[in-house]
Amino acid sequence: MTHTSSYEPSTGIEKWIDQRLPVPRLIYDQFLAFPTPRNLNYWWTFGGILTFMLVSQIATGVVLAMHYVPTAEGAFDSVEHIMRDVNWGWLLRYTHEVGASMFFLAAYIHTFRGLYYGSYKAPREVLWILGVLILLLMIATAFMGYSLVWGQMSFWAVTVITNIFSSLDAVIPGLGTRLVQWIWGGFAVGSPTLTRLYSLHYLFPFVIAGVVVLHIWALHIPGNNNPTGIDVKSTRDTVPFHPYYTIKDGFALVLFATLFAGLVFYAPNLLGHPDNYIPANPLQTPQHIVPEWYFLPFYAILRAIPSKLFGVVALIGAIVVLFFVPWLDTSRVRSTSYRPIYKWFFWAFVVTCVVLGYLGSQLPEGVYLVLGRVFTAYYFLFFLLVMPLVGWIEKPEALPGSIIESVLGPEEAPQATKRSALRRRAQEPAL
Amino acid sequence: MTKPLLHGLAYAAGLAVALALPFGPALAADDAASATAAVNHEPSIESQSWSFNGPFGVYDNAQLQRGFLVYKTICANCHSMRLLSYRNLSESGGPEFSPDEVKDIAAQVQVTDGPNDKGEMFQRPGRPSDRFHSPFANEAAARVANSGALPPDLSVMAKARPGGPDYIYALLTGYRPASAGFQLAPGMQYNLAFPGHQVAMPPPLFDGAVKYTDGTKPTIDNYARDVAAYLMWAAEPKLEERHKFGALVMIYLIAFAVIMFLTKRSVWARLHGKVTHAA
Repeated sequence: MTHTSSYEPSTGIEKWIDQRLPVPRLIYDQFLAFPTPRNLNYWWTFGGILTFMLVSQIATGVVLAMHYVPTAEGAFDSVEHIMRDVNWGWLLRYTHEVGASMFFLAAYIHTFRGLYYGSYKAPREVLWILGVLILLLMIATAFMGYSLVWGQMSFWAVTVITNIFSSLDAVIPGLGTRLVQWIWGGFAVGSPTLTRLYSLHYLFPFVIAGVVVLHIWALHIPGNNNPTGIDVKSTRDTVPFHPYYTIKDGFALVLFATLFAGLVFYAPNLLGHPDNYIPANPLQTPQHIVPEWYFLPFYAILRAIPSKLFGVVALIGAIVVLFFVPWLDTSRVRSTSYRPIYKWFFWAFVVTCVVLGYLGSQLPEGVYLVLGRVFTAYYFLFFLLVMPLVGWIEKPEALPGSIIESVLGPEEAPQATKRSALRRRAQEPAL
Repeated sequence: MTKPLLHGLAYAAGLAVALALPFGPALAADDAASATAAVNHEPSIESQSWSFNGPFGVYDNAQLQRGFLVYKTICANCHSMRLLSYRNLSESGGPEFSPDEVKDIAAQVQVTDGPNDKGEMFQRPGRPSDRFHSPFANEAAARVANSGALPPDLSVMAKARPGGPDYIYALLTGYRPASAGFQLAPGMQYNLAFPGHQVAMPPPLFDGAVKYTDGTKPTIDNYARDVAAYLMWAAEPKLEERHKFGALVMIYLIAFAVIMFLTKRSVWARLHGKVTHAA
């Protein structure tokens, strides 16, 4: 929230810096004194967790890159060299590998949080769009990182996904093939492909970090949304970010790190695929090509569509549609907690994403294909039909008068908000 | 560190893991069994009890030594393990042969080295720093010697198949006469564990094939079990280090979480009963 700066440089050196490059003022105003709604629940801790995950991935990745060999001949063996001969290499590699999964777990929770509480609605549209952009960059980065292992699944994932562009042949004959060969740097997936994927895999996290800065900037203009979805009305509704949310986010981060460490140390390969421990072999296609778990819902959508070109359109559309959510949702209130009809559609959407994930891991045949189409249809209908229509016809439940009232109850809330509480009671019979 | 203390620490950490993770039991099952649910039409692989299972699992050195013997006597005739070096055999958390034993093992193979100062390649006995000797010069040579089939490298085999060591054990003990009506291709063997039930590898083990000196019965079942454990170590040589260091990390994180929780509660208690805050 844009608020008047309460930073007062107390020493000479602080004053000197403050007049030249006021970084201490920025940190104080934006991360210590920043007024934050006092009712944020634990679903709000994933922003901090995601920042931690980005730093963790970059830190482990930079060291891994010192030992990795980005050639078709050397890649697989260099990963094993890291696992066997580099000091703590196994820890770096498993932390990076499991870290990708944890990063997506947190990103998906964070996204669903935003969807549930209407955090994309005015005035936070740009904040939301930047978030979707980060998700898109994460997807690209994770895909490229997975290819670097150069196991069977890596190689064939690259083959399948880059071949997506050949669907453009259906639009302009020859265009798709030319594009794919340009991406490959040759007539097949090989060393030139791996080298460029490696280069971009190193670049993209820093692009993500840049967009994260914009994301946080865009967050700090309107300030946090909150579980009631109502605006901050007075200073009573907020607490300073530090110590209240530094400690709450910190606690959640340690819990998340415990889960993370549990996987790294006791089940590092649980989320991986055994085929990726077989070196890439262009002459042998795996029986069943599946992506990592975090791409499975999108994979299910791609395969649900009978036409290659429209499958690709649906795949891209599944992400792109998120950019338009702020304008697709016509609801007057933000938080789904106060939306009696939409609530059911929302949870059906969550279930849909999980089911699509399961379907993505199965062969697209028989009942799985039929279910894949049904749930893909709901995925898009949720955004394109449910969001505009339900928001329009639904009568939301009464909102609390203020954030402080939602925390302390109308009786203990100060006089100013008591009136709105009475107003709410008066409304109740009508609902 | 004394053994009981380490055990206690490990136990506490394991308990913490089980409490902290909603899917504790799934993890305790085994980190080697990295099978995903995505495998269709494949025979079910029975899970075995391994010393390295679970959060406190460690390798059984004697078993790994026997497993290496089985590998060296039988598997190594056709299968390479190109990612391993002889020195690995004496490293801690593995078979832990003595450095002298490793020198002897390495010296049993001839390695091409060079060029020497005359510009010629030459043969010399292997050294601990050498990679494991491969039975065939290249893939074509391997195929021609095995009627077209390529014996896969075994370095990470225990992580490259759904079921891991359970699968390897099931495969090695899964040879049966083909059931009536089963169309077996020429030169193929019927096997319960292999996907499709047709495997090119002839049954490699038979009772008494490898001499055990530690009193373990020289049976197919023991050979299969020992060599599967050995291959698990080969694929995951840092498992013991990982489990032990993991225990310390988990204890640290759980304690940290408790402290953070109490601190969080006491910080937020400042707000209770107070409508305004001191900003």
